[in-house]
Amino acid sequence: MPQILVEALAKTYRVAERAPGLAGAVRGLVRRRWREVHALAGVSFSLEAGELLAFIGPNGAGKSTTVKILSGILRPTSGRVEVGGLVPWQDRVRHVARIGVVFGQRSQLWWDLPVIDGFDLLADIYRVEATRYRSRRDELVALLRLEPLLDQPVRQLSLGQRMRAEFAASLLHDPAILFLDEPTIGLDAPSKLAVREFVRRLNREQGVTVLLTTHDMHDVEALAERVIVIGQGRLLADGSVESLRASVLSERRLYIDFAAPAPELAIAGVTVRARSGRSLELAFDPSKIPAPSLIAAIATQHAVEDIHVDEPAIEEVITRFYDLHDAGES
Amino acid sequence: MNGPLNSLALYGRYVATSLRAQAQYPAATLMLTAGHFAATAIEFLGVFALFNRFGAVGGWSFGEAALFYALVNIMFALADLLTRGFDVFGTDFVRTGNFDRLLLRPRSTVLQLIGHEVRLSRLGRLLQAFAVLVLATHLVPIAWDAASIALALWAVAGGVALFAGILVLQATLAFWTVESLEIVNVLTYGGVQAAQYPLNIYAAWFRRLLTFGVPLACVAYYPVVAILKRPDPLGAPDWLLPLTPLAGFAFLALSFLAWRAGLAHYASTGS
Repeated sequence: MPQILVEALAKTYRVAERAPGLAGAVRGLVRRRWREVHALAGVSFSLEAGELLAFIGPNGAGKSTTVKILSGILRPTSGRVEVGGLVPWQDRVRHVARIGVVFGQRSQLWWDLPVIDGFDLLADIYRVEATRYRSRRDELVALLRLEPLLDQPVRQLSLGQRMRAEFAASLLHDPAILFLDEPTIGLDAPSKLAVREFVRRLNREQGVTVLLTTHDMHDVEALAERVIVIGQGRLLADGSVESLRASVLSERRLYIDFAAPAPELAIAGVTVRARSGRSLELAFDPSKIPAPSLIAAIATQHAVEDIHVDEPAIEEVITRFYDLHDAGES
Repeated sequence: MNGPLNSLALYGRYVATSLRAQAQYPAATLMLTAGHFAATAIEFLGVFALFNRFGAVGGWSFGEAALFYALVNIMFALADLLTRGFDVFGTDFVRTGNFDRLLLRPRSTVLQLIGHEVRLSRLGRLLQAFAVLVLATHLVPIAWDAASIALALWAVAGGVALFAGILVLQATLAFWTVESLEIVNVLTYGGVQAAQYPLNIYAAWFRRLLTFGVPLACVAYYPVVAILKRPDPLGAPDWLLPLTPLAGFAFLALSFLAWRAGLAHYASTGS
């Protein structure tokens, strides 16, 4: 039995349609017209304990609806969900005691209170036994370097500091599953790296199952072994980052700096993506022309100063993927 | 520790937390409290002016009217002090999405909302109401004994339940719309205004509304008549008077039924 089981999950919202202007508002009072929006239209997947899954998709794809259903906030229109053997929306209190949730855009701490007071209160809310709470808190404080922040009111923390405190707050009750909703949004580069490092350790060393939604593809590359792409309420792909890459954009990139102005090149299976002064960016398909042969072909004819091969950026892969599936922002 | 005891302990924790948060802004809290004291004191001056002009209203002396005023304001001040979370539910929880955070915690949403904030500034109204209570005691005069104290406490409990019920209903409406909830102030502030005068001065339809609709008369008028040991000019039997505050609890219970319907609606729409 997987830890998270989702079968044919569907969620339809009824949205009131209103004509613009005062006349429309008045008409809306008398007779409302409803439009159905299919936020989720049959999504299935499962997750074993200890997995780290990234959920990606354009805005409005159904990511937050899925997370809200999995965390017990929303009730789906149809479909089956079990998390650790519980149906989240039927057994909310028992279910949420076992999960942790971090929203990148919303705080769960008390704005005017010192961080430590918020932790104490959460321990009571989650009924964490006192000695267990102290050892868990000290562990998280050390891992997240929170010691100097504990006595500061939350409102005085920087966003990066606050996110570290949020992570600790959502883990005090030792949840088996952690939901992260855009946890790195708005963070500076060092804070993003710190968050990723922490999530990775949490997953690898403590075996916490992590389900992450994000728009930051570096989060995905740095963290997730498995990616689910969702678009217009449907599951578009479920697999590793590599398999996703291979399925839509298997090409490689060759970046060359020449000793002289960049020459014209005509090699079969190779296209020039960019040219500036003495530099060229080429795209090639490694199954048609392997990188060593291509490099050799160029280096024997031209004086080359620097050369490196890379894969297309993950953003590009995803954009291409959305285009292929006609799943852009809806 | 489990069950109600644990919830009570957590509520105590919430209260301590809220007081500490307000202690961060001592000047603001004091000014607000003083403001509430002054505003309600001026309101009471209006009552005094009325009785000073007419001597008695509906057969009630100024001292007796002061007792109505004091008890109603004690009830409302306590309810207002305790149910801030419901009062700001639409603006601070539904519109901002913060209600999701409450649903993500393994506790009842009601407990978390009453624990949200204990509004110290409402002590201003409470103090003023107690001052009026002392005044009424001297003017009537009222000889407080165990029975009348118990009856007053019972009425206040019923009144707190009633006003809390109104605020729960206001919060429940926020599940459907976050606009125009000020309309509910007609029931809270308007209700306080109406119930601080004796019921028999009102027209029959309004008396029925205050008895059977929003039963403010059941928590204020009828018990006060019993405390004053006067026969009810409206003819309610003496034995019934001390039972009427039950209506406040019934109202609160119905409000919680509506609240549960609101929760179910929220779970299916998420907004």
